[in-house]
Amino acid sequence: MYAYDEIDRTLVNERVSEFRDQVKRRLSGELTEDEFKILRLQNGVYLQLHAYMFRVAIPYGTLATNQLRALAHVARKYDRGYGHFTTRQNIQFNWIKLAELPDALADLAKVGIHAMQTSGNNMRNVTSDQWAGVAPGEIEDPRIWSELIRQHTTLHPEFSFLPRKFKIAITASDHDRAAIKIHDIGLRLIKNEKGETGFEVLVGGGLGRTPFIAKTIKHFVHGRDILSYIEAILRVYNQYGRRDNIYKARIKILVHELGIEKFSREVEDEWQQIRNSSLQIDDEVIEDIRSRFTYPPYEKLPHMPDELRQAAADPEFEAWRKNSVAPHKVQGYSIVTISLKPTGGPPGDATAEQMDALADLADKYSFGEIRVGHEQNLALPHVAKRDLPALWKALDKLGLATPNVNLITDIIACPGLDYCSLANARSIPIAQELTRRFANHELANLIGRLHINISGCINACGHHHVGHIGILGVEKNGEEVYQITIGGRADENAALGTLIGPGVKFDEVADVVEDIVEAYLALRERPEELFMDTVKRLGVEPFKERVYATR
Amino acid sequence: MTSPLEQKKIKIAGPSIVTANRTWDGIVVYRTAAKGWSADLSEAAIVRNSDEAKALLAEAVADDVGAIGPYIAPVQVGDDGKILPGNLREQIRRTGVTIGQPAQV
Repeated sequence: MYAYDEIDRTLVNERVSEFRDQVKRRLSGELTEDEFKILRLQNGVYLQLHAYMFRVAIPYGTLATNQLRALAHVARKYDRGYGHFTTRQNIQFNWIKLAELPDALADLAKVGIHAMQTSGNNMRNVTSDQWAGVAPGEIEDPRIWSELIRQHTTLHPEFSFLPRKFKIAITASDHDRAAIKIHDIGLRLIKNEKGETGFEVLVGGGLGRTPFIAKTIKHFVHGRDILSYIEAILRVYNQYGRRDNIYKARIKILVHELGIEKFSREVEDEWQQIRNSSLQIDDEVIEDIRSRFTYPPYEKLPHMPDELRQAAADPEFEAWRKNSVAPHKVQGYSIVTISLKPTGGPPGDATAEQMDALADLADKYSFGEIRVGHEQNLALPHVAKRDLPALWKALDKLGLATPNVNLITDIIACPGLDYCSLANARSIPIAQELTRRFANHELANLIGRLHINISGCINACGHHHVGHIGILGVEKNGEEVYQITIGGRADENAALGTLIGPGVKFDEVADVVEDIVEAYLALRERPEELFMDTVKRLGVEPFKERVYATR
Repeated sequence: MTSPLEQKKIKIAGPSIVTANRTWDGIVVYRTAAKGWSADLSEAAIVRNSDEAKALLAEAVADDVGAIGPYIAPVQVGDDGKILPGNLREQIRRTGVTIGQPAQV
């Protein structure tokens, strides 16, 4: 866990006081909505269909148990008893009252949580791998660098009024769990030939109405130079990024229009002017941040404890273990992913009771730490293997042991038209129906790894462009219509999906997905050939033919 | 999103109302003929042409403390005078999400 210092605590508390005053002035009429809007957005407060929505940051996806309990408290006291974990390591509350928001923020501030820069045209929550610090083989804990960037960019005046929102994600593993290629800046921690730590820097990724996969702008930036390099990118963006057209304001459009070579030259010119300035990071600064990330006092444990050996006889436990338990960098420990995708449930939602109970389990089994992943699931990062059977039983009682991680029912979905003022079509009911259609875990396992992503509008909060199967809801003649794409992915080989044909109606979406899956099962050469392998081998045509043959 | 004040050309295809969200708690409200707001759609003022719509919207926009984000939305008015939302979005705003909320499931 990262330990906040007095500066952090003061900053968060001062922000609460400031926002309390702003809300008071808004409710009295001293501030108009036009004046207030930018202020509420800077504190994560949107207006949605039914109410205000409050988005809280979970920096680099790491939560302590007292923080998760505070989120449960907010859900219970100020909202309707649940929260929604998003694709950017945030949590959203859907029914918050403006008049009560300062109190909710104050309650969260007591445990070091805030909502700064979770909306608005500024630097958003810096996200990272939910397995950071525990994944075997990573270069080093990417949260150290995430925290450095968080500190540097929080309330930074130069980044507070950007042309548009700006998102950074960091990974330190070969397998990208942070989806860095669909971020404005993606950072991959690497070592150079001298063994020095630095970053491959990617720029210009993003989804929305004009999706782009990020391009590498520099193959190696030394760690000590990363702030100046990011600042150089942002300065070029601030200077040239469009402010006249919201749809063309993201950095991805600038990179695309200038071309990566010209954009790189502009950044390089800017960087050379500032790289040897105070932005160059002293080793002591990094060491100070590193020292604030504490790791649990791991025990020396056997690779295969008796408890695990005995539990293996239970097929239900084994199904969950094989699906939801991943190797840990320390022998005898595991990383446990907790699916927030129960059959028939809204993806990413957790009740206050679940959050509280999960906090108790994290205290008991994971050294008091929880992680949040961009796939809208949670994780316990430090579980002793001997405790896996007991943990599984406890999770199962809470409805949190669905063994569907990375399977077809592990669906990413935006709130859609049920909640969102921007949406044109519903997302959650589509996801719910699909989880019911593929509720049979044997079938889901037979299908294997397959990610379905659903967005309720072109803004693509459900990352439909990079779903193996992507579903985009649009409105046509007053009806919800869904466009289907195939072949997208958000990992280290990120790609945008291909539209397979005309949109289909709400009631047909699950049937179409079934058709695609049946086609895949018939077309694959062997059980080990994953859906994406088949798509890569054959293209989308066979799927298109199957879907539209009878439609 | 276009500000309602910038909606200079207002065209309506049928009976419409002005809806917004109440400022202090964000709930869905409808502009009434009594120049106030109600959470009950049946109390909404109905407009039937562009001039009426523009006037009702202007009045709603002026009440910046009471409610935010006012806009014109279509409704259906039955023979018995009952007002129903004119599209799915407004139906969802009136009756709530179409899914069970997790805490209630």
